[in-house]
Parts: sequence; structure tokens; C-alpha cells
Amino acid sequence: MTAWADALIEGVLLGGLYALFAAGLSLIFGIMRLVNLAHGDLIVLAAFVILTIAAWLGLDPFAATLAALPVMFVAGFALQYLLLNRTLGRDLLSPLLVTFGLSIIIENGLLELFSADSQRLNGGSIETASILLSRDIAIGVVPLLTLGSAIAVILALNFIFYRTSLGRAFRATSDDLEIAQLMGIDHPRIFSIAMGLAFVVLTIAALYLGMRANFDPTIGPGRLLYAFEAVIVGGLGSFWGTLAGGILIGVAQSIGAQINPEWQILAGHVAFLAVLVLKPRGLFPRAMD
Amino acid sequence: MALLETRSLTAFYGDFQALYGIDTALQAGETVAIIGANGAGKSTFLKSIAGLIRSEVESVWFDDQPIGALAAAEIMKRGITLVPEGRRLFPSLTVEENLLIGRYGRSSAGPWSLDRIYALFPALKARRNAASTTLSGGEQQMVAIGRALISNPRVLLCDEISLGLAPIVVQGLYDALPRIKAEGTSVVLVEQDIVRAVKVSDRIYCFQEGRLSLSGRPADLSRDQIHLAYFGN
Repeated sequence: MTAWADALIEGVLLGGLYALFAAGLSLIFGIMRLVNLAHGDLIVLAAFVILTIAAWLGLDPFAATLAALPVMFVAGFALQYLLLNRTLGRDLLSPLLVTFGLSIIIENGLLELFSADSQRLNGGSIETASILLSRDIAIGVVPLLTLGSAIAVILALNFIFYRTSLGRAFRATSDDLEIAQLMGIDHPRIFSIAMGLAFVVLTIAALYLGMRANFDPTIGPGRLLYAFEAVIVGGLGSFWGTLAGGILIGVAQSIGAQINPEWQILAGHVAFLAVLVLKPRGLFPRAMD
Repeated sequence: MALLETRSLTAFYGDFQALYGIDTALQAGETVAIIGANGAGKSTFLKSIAGLIRSEVESVWFDDQPIGALAAAEIMKRGITLVPEGRRLFPSLTVEENLLIGRYGRSSAGPWSLDRIYALFPALKARRNAASTTLSGGEQQMVAIGRALISNPRVLLCDEISLGLAPIVVQGLYDALPRIKAEGTSVVLVEQDIVRAVKVSDRIYCFQEGRLSLSGRPADLSRDQIHLAYFGN
């Protein structure tokens, strides 16, 4: 019994990580209908940025992440402003091809710079710290922080979307690009701010990716897949749905692993397919297309 | 010098030419109506001014500046705001958010505030937190006008605000016009209803198949002249 409860808790906490992977993807798709195939590689890139800052300045991963956030915001803004904005509007294929190419460039660039060696972000004693729930069940502080950060990120994104004038501009642009322009909304800039925000979120995801396990330049596409599944399970356009989707996949994976260690990854994908069969529009759909 | 001018304005949709050298002028504080049959180029004309269709740099002048090639958002920031045909409210925004969005690009000081908009259209105040999609057509048109007014534009472009609405509702919307004009806003109305257009405007321009077929003060134009300019021979 304890083992199952343990697996369930572990799955929920793992879901927080998947939700962090997915939130940036969901944000970008929701505002500009851009499917960013480089999202997973950008998370890995962010992890290397954190690693480099931590090594240069002798910071712990949390402080290094704080330092990386503004850098990554600017990088995201510039990427959108200088490159991705040019791919939008004509057809769906050009942004897909460009982000696919970007994914390859990032992966190979990282291999060139950092080699194929596994890396990790060394958090020190916090990595092994845990809180005892009962005599048999303990939960790790880092997984708990991961889920807490995912919830905080989603609260913050919802606040920006529904309580600020920037959020109104995001939603208006997503609803009707032509009329948004008529209302004085400079959409290339709005899209660039959105990408900057997505980079901030994926940098937070990168922190927990790097502290939870080893990473190397080639693991990006796998993270992209989990992120996609979380977004689609949750329903397009809903941040809370994305969190629910991440948790569902996390729980499916850890329950699967509990039954048979070989089934971990498979169980996540099966859960994803099951949701697609039962509710093709996801659990909490918001966007109409 | 007029506040807003078009000089030999042309517009194309691909190979199709929609406007053939339109010369018009709008003085500060003036209300001008654009009339014409379906497909005469009236909406295209407004879209060209508002920047949704890019034009030659010097074919549109505003405040002694050529604005023909500017993006829509930049033109709006300078003070020309379009109330688009078919209202086109943002479905995921509430009524009040739809109004406030008008201020995102241009938050110029002026007579129009949220409270003044609600005073102009009292029906909206009670529905301020409702989803814009739940409003009646007339209320949606009030939001569309309010959304444009709240930026305190110097020129308000209105594209067929009576489209698809009951006459009594249309009358309600037109009753607001004198109060908008009283604040010094210049207005360009595109209207299918000739009688109404003639009644509220200082001057009219009539379009026919992308060309200007008639212009003048309503008092100086006879019914037959307008009829001929509207329908052609």
C-alpha cells in the first residue's frame, strides 16, 4: 500500500516538472499559434546557461537561475523579434520548419561547446533533503519545490493574462490579429514579449530538469514530447489544464513504473492516447481552434 | 490644410484593383459620409486609411504627415481609429476589457474615459463584466464604438455601424453621434443608408466601382444627382 501511495505522490510531483516543460509551449501556442519544435532543446540550452553561470560566478543553481532569467528573457524576445516573427502569418509549415531547424542547430551547437558528456546542476544538500509525511513516506524537497514552482508559474501566468493590460493585449491578439492591430497593438512586440516570458518559464523548468537528473545536449526532443502531451491532455489554451495534463502523465508514468519498471515511459504515452480517444479536445479546452 | 487627406489613393487585392485614385479631404471637426453600393470600395477606403491595407506613402496625409505606408498600430497611435465592419469584438475579453483594450496603444488624455463611455451608452455599464459574446448586436456595436472612442481619437472611422441592426437600435447609435462630434472628433462614416448618411454629415462622397462619382454638401446635392452617382447609368 505504501509503495502505491509513494508512486502516486512521486507521480504528482513529477507532473509539476512536466507542467513546467509545457507551460511555455502552451503560452506560445495560445498567443500566436506557433508550434515551437525547438522548445525541448531550448530547455536543455537553458540548463547549460544555468550551468555556465553557476560555474563562472560560483553560484548555486538557484542563484544562477535568477541570474539567467533576464538573459533568457532577452534571448527569447530577440529570437521572436528577429527570426520567428518573419515566419508567422503565411502558412503553418514555415514556423514548423524554422523551429525544427533551430532544434537541430541548438543540439549540435551544445554538443560542439559542451561535448556529449552528462552534466548536472549541483544543488548540494537540498538534493537529498526530504520531509517525512508518515513513518514510511517521505517526499523530497526538490520535487516539492518543482511542483510548487509549477503552481507559482501558472498563477503568475494567469495573473498576467487576466489581470494586466499586457494580458488583455495577449488575449486580444490571440482572438483577432487584424483588429488588435487596429487597436494600436504592436503585435511583433507583443509576440516577442510572449516568447521572452516563455523563455523565463522554460529556464525555471531547466533548473529542475538539471537538479533532478543528468542531462546532455541530446535530450531536448524527449522533453518536447512530454511537454506536448501535457499541453494536449490538458486542453489547448488553459494553463491549469496544462498542469493537470502534466500531473496525469507524471502519475501514469510512476504508476506504470510501480507495476513494472519497464512500463514507465510507455504508461505515460498510453495515458496520453487514452485521453485523446476519450476527450479529443483535452480535459479543459479553452481555445476554439 | 485638411486634417486627413487622400491623394490619388489606390488599393489592390492581388491583381484586382479596388480603388482608382481617390482624392478626399476631412477638415478638423467635420463629419463626412462615404456612400455607395456594395463593392464600391467604401470599406477598402477606410481600411487603406487605417493601415490594414498598405498604400503609397504619400497617398494618405494626416496632420501634414504622409502616413500611407505606416502599420495599422502606428496609425492608431497617431489618432485615427476604425470601428470595423461587423463589430469584431474580442470574444475572450469581457465588455470592459474590450473597452480598455482601446487604450493599449494610445492612452491620450481627452474627453473619453471609461465613465464617459458608460454615460454615453448606459446599457453597457450593467453588462461590464459579461463576456462580449453574450451581448445583443446593438450592445456589441456600442462596445465597438466605445473601444474606438476611449483612445480619444482625432479621427473616428465608422464602417457600417448600422449593419444587421434593427432601425430603432440604429437610431440609438446615431443619437450618440452629436455628442461624439461635440468633443471635436472628426468622423468618417461609411453607410449604406443614404438618408441617414445625408442627415448627419457635413459633406458626402459617393463611390462607384472604386472611383469617386460625386462629392458635396448634402444641401447642394439633388436626389437625382445622388441616385445617378450611386447606381450609375
